[in-house]
Amino acid sequence: MNFLNFLISGISLGSIYAIIALGYTMVYGIAKMLNFAHGDVIMVGAYICFFASSSFHLPPALGILAAIAVCTVLGMTVERLAYKPLRQAPSLAVLITAIGVSYFLQNSALLLWSSTPKMFPAFFVLKGTAADGAETVRNSLQLFDGQLTISFVTIVTILTCVVIMAGLTAFINHTKMGKAMRACSEDKGAAQLMGINVDGTISMTFAIGSGLAAVAGVLLCSAYPTLVPTTGSMPGIKAFTAAVFGGIGSIPGAFLGGLLLGVIETFAKAYISMQLSDAIVFAVLIIVLLVKPVGLLGRQISEKV
Amino acid sequence: MASLNLSLKKMSRTSRRNYLTYGLVILAYIILQVMHGSLSSSLKGMLVPICAYVVMAVSLNLTVGILGELSLGHAGFMSVGAFTGVIASTCFQSLIPFAPLRLALGMAAGAACAALAGFLIGIPVLRLKGDYLAIVTLAFGEIIKSIFTNLYVGLDSSGLHMSILEDKTNLAEGGKLIIGGPMGMGGIEKISTFTAGFLLILVTLVVVFNLVNSRAGRAIMAVRDNRIAAESIGVNVTKYKMLAFVTSAALAGAAGALFAMNYSTIVAAKFDFNTSILVLVFVVLGGLGNMLGSIVAAAVLTILPEALRQFADYRMLVYAIVLILVMLATNNPVLRGYLDRAKSVFTGKRGKKEAA
Amino acid sequence: MKKKFLSIVLALALVLSLAACGSDTGSTGGDSGSQTSGDSTGGDSGSQTSGDSTGGDSSSAPSGAAFKLGGTGPLTGPVAVYGLAARNGAQIAVDEINAENGAVQFELNYQDDTHDAEKAVNAYNNLKDWGMQLSLGSVTSKPCEATSSMNFEDRVFALTPSASSVATTEGKDNVFQMCFTDPGQGAKSAEYIATQKLGTKIAVIWKNDDVYSTGIYNTFKEEAGKQGLEIVSDTTFNDANATDFSVQITDAQSKGADLVFLPMYYDVAALIFVQANTMGYAPKWFGVDGMDGILSVDGFDTSLAEGVMLLTPFAADADDERTKNFVSEYQSRHGEIPNQFAADAYDCVYAYKQALEAAGATPDMDAAALCDLMIEQFTSMTFEGLTGDGAGITWETSGAVSKSPKGMIIQGGAYVGMD
Repeated sequence: MNFLNFLISGISLGSIYAIIALGYTMVYGIAKMLNFAHGDVIMVGAYICFFASSSFHLPPALGILAAIAVCTVLGMTVERLAYKPLRQAPSLAVLITAIGVSYFLQNSALLLWSSTPKMFPAFFVLKGTAADGAETVRNSLQLFDGQLTISFVTIVTILTCVVIMAGLTAFINHTKMGKAMRACSEDKGAAQLMGINVDGTISMTFAIGSGLAAVAGVLLCSAYPTLVPTTGSMPGIKAFTAAVFGGIGSIPGAFLGGLLLGVIETFAKAYISMQLSDAIVFAVLIIVLLVKPVGLLGRQISEKV
Repeated sequence: MASLNLSLKKMSRTSRRNYLTYGLVILAYIILQVMHGSLSSSLKGMLVPICAYVVMAVSLNLTVGILGELSLGHAGFMSVGAFTGVIASTCFQSLIPFAPLRLALGMAAGAACAALAGFLIGIPVLRLKGDYLAIVTLAFGEIIKSIFTNLYVGLDSSGLHMSILEDKTNLAEGGKLIIGGPMGMGGIEKISTFTAGFLLILVTLVVVFNLVNSRAGRAIMAVRDNRIAAESIGVNVTKYKMLAFVTSAALAGAAGALFAMNYSTIVAAKFDFNTSILVLVFVVLGGLGNMLGSIVAAAVLTILPEALRQFADYRMLVYAIVLILVMLATNNPVLRGYLDRAKSVFTGKRGKKEAA
Repeated sequence: MKKKFLSIVLALALVLSLAACGSDTGSTGGDSGSQTSGDSTGGDSGSQTSGDSTGGDSSSAPSGAAFKLGGTGPLTGPVAVYGLAARNGAQIAVDEINAENGAVQFELNYQDDTHDAEKAVNAYNNLKDWGMQLSLGSVTSKPCEATSSMNFEDRVFALTPSASSVATTEGKDNVFQMCFTDPGQGAKSAEYIATQKLGTKIAVIWKNDDVYSTGIYNTFKEEAGKQGLEIVSDTTFNDANATDFSVQITDAQSKGADLVFLPMYYDVAALIFVQANTMGYAPKWFGVDGMDGILSVDGFDTSLAEGVMLLTPFAADADDERTKNFVSEYQSRHGEIPNQFAADAYDCVYAYKQALEAAGATPDMDAAALCDLMIEQFTSMTFEGLTGDGAGITWETSGAVSKSPKGMIIQGGAYVGMD
């Protein structure tokens, strides 16, 4: 039964990694850049949602929408101001700029919202009334006489992840914008010649990626509720790893990579060594990349002279 | 003077540049030594770490600029060098009373172990390409950090004891726990000096410049520019990639030993992803393949956060903004045009000065 | 070609920043003085301290009017919460003392070390350039190990509010601590649990890449063995995976632990409480001084911490006059309830005041002379502060503090004294 518990928490953690990794991988696929500031957009999203519900007393749904809206605008603004001028620059210059943006967001958050941890409110609970009339708050499902516990956050997280994944796949494959995105990721020059607005498409990609980051931020902090200005950085790096794991640029790859990473991390902690769990996760990553050099679902591009 | 002028002209542009680099480094050292009494404590305290970061930047530039592979785990080699360097110098503490020699031995041991680590890591890493290679270097950096965080090394009369995860060293009376797992190393003898750092920079430059200007160096750059073409004319791609990668790792190891022995305590977490990125920033800002640029960028960016202390709480925010603006400015086509024009005027003038 | 130009630009920047560094030393005195006056409530005290600067002289020339008190701590980065708390606490004490217009006046300068030994040494050197006479060491342990060795070499006396590892003071006659050492806490906790019979099957969750947590864990384990406590579950986490605790909690739960010992800071402990609650696990929780602050986490459901026990030197809701004043002043300035870092730093400044007054020290003495006086005072005096249980605080010659922790339990959303 412990095995099932671990599996479920692994999948839940993995789903969060997957949603973050989807943002990474979309931006990488289309703009060909590693957006290291992605993790910090997650943090911003979580803070917005936190303040929407604690300071403005908005219902959770509105809080999440506010977070998505702010992050979308933030993502597009950052793209416009910091990344767009570097479109012709070498990719390393963009990478460094992204790191600069990441420092900027973290330190702005530190100044604006202080370093004192905030406790993210529990959104996903069932309120009911007990037999004696007292209000009860349930936050998990107990199965098999309490041997197996699944929290509502876990359920919501996994469902959201699946819905987002399905929605994104449909969007990329069946809409005009999705087609434009695919075209841009193949060949920007050719896409432009075909009349596709490349700048608009890239901007759109950042908008979607940042919106997803906001969702990931809310879910991350619902499951693990301490919120500090550096909340996003470690999940960001892990999700980046997950994106590469699955084959960076590939949407199903990011999904699969995220899930596997979460499960491997939890199992490594539970069954091998807690101290070395990160080393084990990264070792698995290395082995996978040696067997499949472009990740699990990445596309092998043949080289030409 | 005339003969010197002639020999300068005969030299290729690259070797002139290399001599300029040596010259500036030596000049900087002499100036700082002369001024040493009047320097602020802040600056004096930063001299050794600057030297270590300069070596890190130059060595990473060998991987990123010359070999053309992005490495996100360079701090891992620094870590290997730091830990083994301190172990080595502690072991020799009673045997060799002369501290500079112990420091040199520590740096040599650090370099050797980092080279070995570089070789072992290079075998899988160099089979990959592009961003996949980058993430695997990141992964190795994290693994090295994880291992050193859980490693216990002690020294007593019967020799070195090592254990992982738990302290099972069982040291005899009078023994010293050199690495205490998460506690890292404490009570390190502070024997690093600015002069040692300066010499290490010179050695690094000699190694890197000679490698780059040799047959091997040209082969490495050929691999960078076009692997398939290089392979087709008989260049042993793996061998040359490995050569550059291991050299780079060894130099980083020496820098790590120098760095560690400048502080009384070092933890493995110091050499994390952020440190790797920091060094990468030096390299990119200084210019890929440009060693002088790396040196200057490493020095400036190490001093910058300290010079920004007057901004108090806004310090790191200002640092981030400076970083973004510098990247935007140096890559702005319009600004670049101006810079190039200004530069041609500048070099024209300098050419005249040289002739005079 | 472009690269070459860039390097020239960078070289210029280097020269400029060097110049900035140079001029820094001259202006910092005035600079931080104005900072003090900005923060102070008295106003007069601020202008007094900012009145003179060391001028262009970069040596540690005393300013003459106030004792220059310097400290380093993480003011940015992941653990900024501790550094900021210590700085704020010390600032309140300095402002209060300066407002009294007594013989002892302070000028406080806190520099950011981002919880990193290298940056801490830089920050320390910056303070030295400023002319620091007395030091508050560093807030966190590892950076403090690095700076305290500098304190020792430079003969600048240090009293750290919160760096608790033994290595901080070991072998340094002029470095003292205001907080308990980690081993002390571990042993005291085990002893307390055993004598009060709080539990027999113990689970420990500790942070394996943290000096503080590891230090407490090691002695706890040792002492628990002696006291006949059985540690049934021994699990860890580190910085990189300090979010998901399902594995650790499941382990403790399935091995039937009835008390879980948490040697860690409250932010992570809050996460553990939430997750344990979700998993339906409700053992007795026992924390150390890092647990203090849990009730003031914004948005934390304090009912989850109900029944949590901790040994802490400071309780923000104690009802003595000084604590009340301190807490309300802190709240009005920063909108938060002070934690033990703030209280320890506050006590440090007052301990300095007492020692300086007793020694008859004047601000025109240099750091080395003050250092000798302070060593003499701190090894002989008894100090009463916000922290400790009121029996007075003394120091051993090793630099370790001797004060009794308060055993606290959280009941109805507030700390209540045990016993």
